[in-house]
Amino acid sequence: MIYTQSPLAIGLFIFFVLFVLGLSFYLARRTSSAEGYYAAGGNIHWMTNGIAFAGDYLSAASFLGICGMIATSGYDGWMYSIGYLGGWVVALFLVAEPMKRLGKFTFTDALDAKFNSKSIQLMAAISTLLVSIFYLIPQMVGAGVLVQPLMGLPHWVGVCIVGVVVTLIVATAGMASTTYVQFFKGAMLLIVSTILVVMVLFRGLSTSPENDGKPYHDFTTLYADSALVLEDSSYRVIAGLDSNFGKEGFVKLERNGRETIWQLHASDNGYRLEETLYTTRLNDGTRLYNGSPAEEGHFFPIGHIKELRVGGEEVTATGPLGPFSFLSTLTESTIVLWGTKYVPDAYGITTIYYQKPTPGSQILRPGLRFKVDNSTPMEKFNFISLMLALFCGTAALPHILIRYYTVPSQAAARKSTIVAIAGIGFFYLLTLFMGMGAMTNGVINLMDNNMSAPLLALSFGVFLFAIISSLAFATVLGTVSGLIVASSGAIAHDLLDNFLGLKMNDRVKVRAGKISAIVVGAIAIYLGIVFEGMNVSFLVGWAFAVAASANLPAILMLLFWSKTTARGVAASITVGLFSSLGLILLSPDMWLRYGKLPADAPIQFNSPALISIPLAFLALVVISLLTQKDVNIGHATEPSSN
Amino acid sequence: MGHGPAVKLGKDDAAGFKTSLGVKMFLGYTFFYALFVLLNVYYPKSMEAIVFGQTAAVVWGFSLIILAFIMAIIYNHFCTQAEKRYNS
Repeated sequence: MIYTQSPLAIGLFIFFVLFVLGLSFYLARRTSSAEGYYAAGGNIHWMTNGIAFAGDYLSAASFLGICGMIATSGYDGWMYSIGYLGGWVVALFLVAEPMKRLGKFTFTDALDAKFNSKSIQLMAAISTLLVSIFYLIPQMVGAGVLVQPLMGLPHWVGVCIVGVVVTLIVATAGMASTTYVQFFKGAMLLIVSTILVVMVLFRGLSTSPENDGKPYHDFTTLYADSALVLEDSSYRVIAGLDSNFGKEGFVKLERNGRETIWQLHASDNGYRLEETLYTTRLNDGTRLYNGSPAEEGHFFPIGHIKELRVGGEEVTATGPLGPFSFLSTLTESTIVLWGTKYVPDAYGITTIYYQKPTPGSQILRPGLRFKVDNSTPMEKFNFISLMLALFCGTAALPHILIRYYTVPSQAAARKSTIVAIAGIGFFYLLTLFMGMGAMTNGVINLMDNNMSAPLLALSFGVFLFAIISSLAFATVLGTVSGLIVASSGAIAHDLLDNFLGLKMNDRVKVRAGKISAIVVGAIAIYLGIVFEGMNVSFLVGWAFAVAASANLPAILMLLFWSKTTARGVAASITVGLFSSLGLILLSPDMWLRYGKLPADAPIQFNSPALISIPLAFLALVVISLLTQKDVNIGHATEPSSN
Repeated sequence: MGHGPAVKLGKDDAAGFKTSLGVKMFLGYTFFYALFVLLNVYYPKSMEAIVFGQTAAVVWGFSLIILAFIMAIIYNHFCTQAEKRYNS
């Protein structure tokens, strides 16, 4: 899609980025010790830390990915919200205080506090690095998505801007600046999202959505007899029933030199033809949007209600609605969703987006993205596995766990988690309204649903859009900073200092952290470019599965099972990490990425958690029981060097 | 061995009480979360039922999010009381 750039949006965006950078440089002057760099000196107030948690956690995945998924798949997108929030319960009730008690700078410290084992140091550091990099991919993809409409720049430029700015932030200031940036951004995101939802509710619902004064596309219906002779003779059939399009239930028509594709519906005396949108990738690589180059702007945003019902009566507009009447009105109404079909022909491959009117009661329940009705055992498995990964992943994310070291006490760790639950829970309630608002306000870009929430804001004018997009960009900046601090901590503190035993003083340790930050930043930029176009929340689902498998069994068993040994912990991390990564690499979705058919993938599920988490637990229990002797004879389970 | 918290923490005699309360509350929430997931998988039609004008799925979603917050407040209340009682 082609977006028009506004100087206001660009100005606000630049202001935000400079503000974040300025804050970092200011705070950097106060950071010279390792405690300051990795744990903000351990003196952040719990309220600030709680909002910073929300800032860290409400990443591109939540704001862009979940809203985008709700906008195109309804309730199934919100499932991610419910699962992500459930994860905070695990963090609060089981992990928050013990983590605070055990650790110093990093998640590895906590795992290793009891044993001082080389194998734990190595595996926990590798796990932190891999999980953080996995989590970095969707953030970078989100950044690329944002700069397109905002600045008119290509995807890769957005990824590079984030990479460079964040690496600068982290390499200058570390955890203190990251915390204040996250606090500022988390608070702003909650406030502005609330304003957006209030505006959506105040606008109400309508069958012809307004979009900042621009009229919504008027979808046409054509009629033809059984020989496909059209009533409206200004259209000419150029690919009929016998063509590749016809075999898939579509026809291609031409009028005034423009080609359009229509979906066929058999009717009593012939056919009814419904308008579609389509993109074509020609054999020479050229892309056409609704038959013409992108600059001509024929590919329009969509999202509308077909039949709007209030109390059983059909209406064209509702006027302002309360939050619950907004949802109940949608439940009663019929909304047009969009299906996708791929049709190859001699000229290239055409992707057709066709209208799928769907009752609101089906959209506001699971089943449009995840197959739950009449599902096969494999589909059931996939769904349960994803929900398990979301539930277990939060409390195992290294960049979330390190935030527990920035507060002064265990009670502060607990209270900051509760503030996080309040802020994040409230935001997740808002995602349902933002997503459903985008679905019905004619703002969705079918080729990339990640932008649904900012584009919903654009329908209220460019000012709100500019603020929301800049905030979303700041969100990415903040989350990526946290991830890079976690990764650099894993390299400099866990690997170089502890595992390799390089005796570094505070200055050298901080410098090593900063150099690591630059290396990880470069890797993140590369991956952000490679994974362009995937839904960011979906990618985060994978990061959660890897974190939950590699880290959570080790954390929980260490806290709650006295027979846990160092070798058991190391084995659990190894098995969890590599089984989850291996299963992801063999999954149907990755097969699609490799350019193969998903059905040919060796396994037929996308979410590995239901296999890899139990495997990690099993590995820990078996190896711990086998290595009890090491403990009983009174030695540390492995030799220690420091 | 060079490892310890980033800041010096005082002795916490309430840790045992808080851990056991945390496990119980975790099991309580997990029960509702698991029930929600299993209902979706095995009785998906139950999520389409209309309750108070909303689909059951929406009611479940709101309830789970709000329940997490309420349980967090209750947990904090008892933990703070225990800290006062055991650590004074």
